Amino acid sequence: MREVPVELLVIGAGPAGLAAALSAAKEGCKDIILVDRLNEPGGILPQCIHNGFGLRFFKQELTGPEYAQRFINFLAAYPQVKIKTGTMVIELTRDRLAYTLSSREGLCCYRAQAVILSMGCRERPRGAVNIPGTRPAGIYTAGTIQRLMNIEGYLPGREAVILGSGDIGLIMARRLTLEGVKVRAVLELLPYSTGLTRNIVQCLDDYDIPLYLKHTVTEIYGEKRLAGIKAAPVDDQLQPIKDKVFALNCDTLVLSVGLIPENELSSTAEVTLDPATNGPVVNSLYQTTVPGIFACGNVVHVHDLVDDVSEEGRIAGRAAAAFIREKITPRTGVSVKPGRNIRSVVPQKVLAGETTLYIRAKFPEKDLFLQVGSDRVKQRVVTPGETIRHTINDDKFAKNVPHIAVSLEKGGENHA
Amino acid sequence: MPELTCVICPLGCRLSVTLTPEGVQVSGNSCPRGKAYAIEEITAPKRILTAVIKVKGRDQLLPVRTATVIPKELLFTAMEEIKKLTVTPPVNMDEVVMANLAGTGVDLVATKPVA
Amino acid sequence: MILVAVKETDVLIIGAGIVGAALARELSRYKTRVMIVDKEIDVSFGTSKANSGIVHSGIHDHPGTLKARLCLRGNRLFPELAAKLNFLYKQNGAVIVCRNKEEIPALEKLYDNGKLNGLTGLRRLTKEELLHMEPHLSPDLAAAIYAPSGGTVVPFDMVFALVENAVANGVCLSLLTEVQKIMPGREDFLVQTGQGLIRTAYLVNAAGLHAAEVAGMIKDESFSIYPRKGEEYLFDRKLEGMVHSTVFPLPDKISKGILLIPTVDGNIMIGPTAHRVNSFNELSTSASGWQEVFASAGVLAPFLRPADLIASFAGLRAGSNSDDFIIGPSPVSPRFIHAAGIESPGLTAAPAIAEYLVELLKEAGLKLKEKSDFNPLRPVVRLREFDRETQKQLAAENPAYANIVCRCELVSEGEIRDAVRRGASTLDGVKLRTRSGMGRCQGSFCTPQIIKILGEELKKAPAEITKNGPGSFLLAGWLRNRDEAVAEKEEKLNA
Repeated sequence: MREVPVELLVIGAGPAGLAAALSAAKEGCKDIILVDRLNEPGGILPQCIHNGFGLRFFKQELTGPEYAQRFINFLAAYPQVKIKTGTMVIELTRDRLAYTLSSREGLCCYRAQAVILSMGCRERPRGAVNIPGTRPAGIYTAGTIQRLMNIEGYLPGREAVILGSGDIGLIMARRLTLEGVKVRAVLELLPYSTGLTRNIVQCLDDYDIPLYLKHTVTEIYGEKRLAGIKAAPVDDQLQPIKDKVFALNCDTLVLSVGLIPENELSSTAEVTLDPATNGPVVNSLYQTTVPGIFACGNVVHVHDLVDDVSEEGRIAGRAAAAFIREKITPRTGVSVKPGRNIRSVVPQKVLAGETTLYIRAKFPEKDLFLQVGSDRVKQRVVTPGETIRHTINDDKFAKNVPHIAVSLEKGGENHA
Repeated sequence: MPELTCVICPLGCRLSVTLTPEGVQVSGNSCPRGKAYAIEEITAPKRILTAVIKVKGRDQLLPVRTATVIPKELLFTAMEEIKKLTVTPPVNMDEVVMANLAGTGVDLVATKPVA
Repeated sequence: MILVAVKETDVLIIGAGIVGAALARELSRYKTRVMIVDKEIDVSFGTSKANSGIVHSGIHDHPGTLKARLCLRGNRLFPELAAKLNFLYKQNGAVIVCRNKEEIPALEKLYDNGKLNGLTGLRRLTKEELLHMEPHLSPDLAAAIYAPSGGTVVPFDMVFALVENAVANGVCLSLLTEVQKIMPGREDFLVQTGQGLIRTAYLVNAAGLHAAEVAGMIKDESFSIYPRKGEEYLFDRKLEGMVHSTVFPLPDKISKGILLIPTVDGNIMIGPTAHRVNSFNELSTSASGWQEVFASAGVLAPFLRPADLIASFAGLRAGSNSDDFIIGPSPVSPRFIHAAGIESPGLTAAPAIAEYLVELLKEAGLKLKEKSDFNPLRPVVRLREFDRETQKQLAAENPAYANIVCRCELVSEGEIRDAVRRGASTLDGVKLRTRSGMGRCQGSFCTPQIIKILGEELKKAPAEITKNGPGSFLLAGWLRNRDEAVAEKEEKLNA
């Protein structure tokens, strides 16, 4: 099959891919193809009609569609970036051969000098949380409900229960309520919500929607369409307390139980994944372990701010352009070693120069110190739902140390 | 004595608000932004409203937002007006699709262009 | 399919599960008028779609029974049938393992049983040979038997293929058609259904869970049926290759045990449980069922982790008061043939049960003349199975095959539309025919598009589209009043 040569292939035209393509174009890359399987660019943003995007990047609180449109407008000035929507990459190899399918162009084969992975993530489905009971209609993940309502224009149901108090679940609680759906409760397994406090206030408190912390769904019932769920508080081992089970009638169950980076293509391209993030291991330039393949955005790790996604895209785009231009073998960098109360750190490998680390805690704590190598920063409060950002800017790190230890230490403890 | 959680920063300070003849007294805040937030939340809470509206002749709905915050107590009244609204394409980004939404004096604007 | 006041046919098959479907296809070789009815909105939507999909070797069955004879014969018919009808099947072999040395005598008995049933190719495996063949199984397993003729099939895919081919060859299919009353005449039966009356010379009772009820309609109480539930749990495709053959423990009194099933599509499935339940509608999965299945399967396959689970489901077997299949003419009427209580190895036996039923119909007086234009083939497009060149060609000929709707399983818009034209009228009907919604994201991504396509193909509003039949509405309606848009479209159509 004929291989079409391309300088840069960016897979996924959500906020990460848009920023990466823009950055590569600005750095002089002459031939960029940006593909997306949806029919419009923007990724998940067009369906995120709520505001809260871009406070860092644009110093404004934009809605999702507005944030996407900004980047789409920026890209209009760079004709060397060709955006191909309705196009899916069905295979990617380690040596950067990509097969795409689209109704407009059929099956195509590209040989790219560099590839940027920006495929975002998928939602954890019901099967993965293994809720017993029947399998009626009316059970949807939050993102699907969001698409059904905001893009397709459907009313999914009339009475809902939401499982999971992460931001997506909270946002949909408000959205459903404003459209006349009775949201009976939000259930959260953990003793705390992973969503922003602002969303608890503006999505639940504003509408008197009860939040049941330390609760889970123990059963789904209803033969053809959902009739209700059974819920129960959980003990410290997260197991339901059987004699406290109660029923909640509803015809819609919204699952907001986690996001999983979508790394099918990364795996076929033999990119090494980090089990802590389910995303590729990357260095400060967002290079993966495969030369010429870069990754940015939610495909690397789940972000809470789209601004960070754009920043990663910017770095990856610039690095990919440099790789195409200079054809240098990339350096891997010094490994980060996650320690106490650290779930993940991205990038996993640090090069000399400035690197912003995105750090996630495992559990909430107050009055801590963030220890990054020999840097020590006070942290008043950490929660797993909010990323901790720390910029290191010290050549020392890359040269003299075997690894950079990152941990959250209790206040008053001294670790030099 | 009303209590509320501040949303300005991740600290989430628990604020106590008292209405006195001298004015509003706020305690529990760690910074002045929290105080300002509490005063507004107690006296006249406001919110941005985002929604979708029908576009004539098209299947896809158009996302919209209030240009600025509107009184929280008018959100559902505003939604009733929004549900009845239809716009005719083309629509430009930031175009006013309905002026003075629900009598708030605030415009409803498009957040996406429609060709 | 809409029926007129009284539809006439020669053979009426009640039930479009695997047995009814296999018989319909078999009868479609002949110039006889055949009708097949089912009370559900789609074929296989009773027990068959929840079947484990095992094509049994026949090692388990009691020698001399119908089960033994028809299982062996059915197993041998699978490869050719699958090739002609293009349903998903693979002959991956079966291993029956001993969890410890104490089980070895029972294993030997099973081996002997297999020989008695006429199985060829059976091999005894030592612990080392077993682990060489299946390196990811538990090293504590003591010994095994390998049965090369074992296989796996996608059971609903097989039902769809059989029915489509039967219909293409002239069989009449009527869905949402529940049999309510049967009035036997001297030479025929008048059957009252929810969709009208049918007059038929011969009746075949393949009504699965409701076979005893159907028999009761002519006052035949020669057998009883009770539901026995089985739960199954499906793991992520990334475990593909960890197990090659279907792995059985030794059977117990109730069932063949909890198995490790490498499905044709590359998932590992574990199950089923086997517990009698009180209702014919009891289809829930349970925490205890999961614990039972995971504990049992974990003994065989220590690599299984709950984090890799992607889906679970349950189904009901039609258990009966007989140890064997109940196949034969009703004692009340010789032209009313039962194919009831078809439990394991029913799926495997189905092609052979169909042959046997044709013999029984002949014995009951049905005259059969072969069609010269019988077409045994059923072509189907599965984009993901084609090589790149074929995919390129297909996409060029029809761009709908290049528009991917289900990204996890690589299913195109063309295949989804094909599925509706092949008989799907629900989300599950599309899902089971194409695999869309059965992958990693379990339909999160593709469901909105499939609802749209179903609406377009069936000329229905999205709020009318169901998951699997009446009552299972996917949506409550439109978010905004659509009157204007609808009125506009109608204007355009009428102009």
